[in-house]
Amino acid sequence: MTARPATTIASLLAAALLAGGCGPTFSEVTIETPIQAKLDVSAFQRVLVAGFITGGTEDVDANLETVRLLRSQLRTKSGVRVIEADILPLQEVAREQSSDTADADAPAEGADPERIRDDRDLAPYERLFANVDYWKRIGEEYQGPLIVTGTVLFTPHQRSGFVTREEEVFDSAGRRRVIPVRTYQERKGYILRPKFIFIDGRTGATLYTESFREEILYNASQNTPALSSYFELMDRLVPNFLNTLSTQKIRGTRVLLR
Amino acid sequence: MTALSLAWATPALADARSDAKSQVEFGIAVAQKGLWKEALYRWLRAVEIDPTYAAAFNNLAIAYEQSGQFDKAREAYEKAVTLEPENQLIRQNYDLFKEINDRSSRDNDR
Repeated sequence: MTARPATTIASLLAAALLAGGCGPTFSEVTIETPIQAKLDVSAFQRVLVAGFITGGTEDVDANLETVRLLRSQLRTKSGVRVIEADILPLQEVAREQSSDTADADAPAEGADPERIRDDRDLAPYERLFANVDYWKRIGEEYQGPLIVTGTVLFTPHQRSGFVTREEEVFDSAGRRRVIPVRTYQERKGYILRPKFIFIDGRTGATLYTESFREEILYNASQNTPALSSYFELMDRLVPNFLNTLSTQKIRGTRVLLR
Repeated sequence: MTALSLAWATPALADARSDAKSQVEFGIAVAQKGLWKEALYRWLRAVEIDPTYAAAFNNLAIAYEQSGQFDKAREAYEKAVTLEPENQLIRQNYDLFKEINDRSSRDNDR
């Protein structure tokens, strides 16, 4: 993780240099600020990324990709052991459970999973995460790990409007200048909205929940594959996800003074 | 002459600043080698010797930040800003600290 660029520091340093008459009275230094994990997972030896209830575009299997990505990130960037297991088909499980209880608002059994398009479609499925007995049973299968599950909505998105871009111009003397130009642009892209739910595999109880929202837009003429957009958006929020389980360091620059 | 330079006319104060300055210098040298614990100790000494030395409080705040002691870092930054409210470098450091610290607190409040 990195903090915002220290361009302002550089300009302040330059100003201080110009103002100061004698030797430097400051030094720039890189620091790594530790951000403590949001959740105490010391009680768990292992983590099971179980699966996700997903919706949105059909172009990406968000359940499969999210499980793979989080398992790989946890394996390389956290201290917990990751359980390799089959990905749970949570949408089907949720539908089965609802049909067992004959719930009027329940997701219909056999319904097209792609019918999950927004929060409203997703809501009936979310009851699964509160089913303590179900998660306890899953936990028992794997000797009580920390279970990571949740929902992922990855939806196509379009927004048109004015954007500022830089244009190169040359004056009559041939001098080059770059000027900002505002143009109307048709843009399309994706919105990624994952909700990560951390469940205690020993009790089935939810320990912590965190939601994110990231979006990306491209020029409509640009043909960016959905999967590459998905990874681009996940890249932005993975450090925050990891910070739930393990201490992360944010790299930044500060100025030491004499 | 300003009030500050008049104050420095007192030899005891001038000595204190000079001693504190050598602690600060040493702290900077070791911090640049990554020896933050030693640097923190030196800057603590510096502010003990001269509690009006804004630069020492600024550096101390950075060392606390690096070690994850955010409450102490905030306290030291505030002291540095109080001592030298016009110092833009201290303010910039403090702003960057607040940005990270606020993010971390927001996450913990969720």
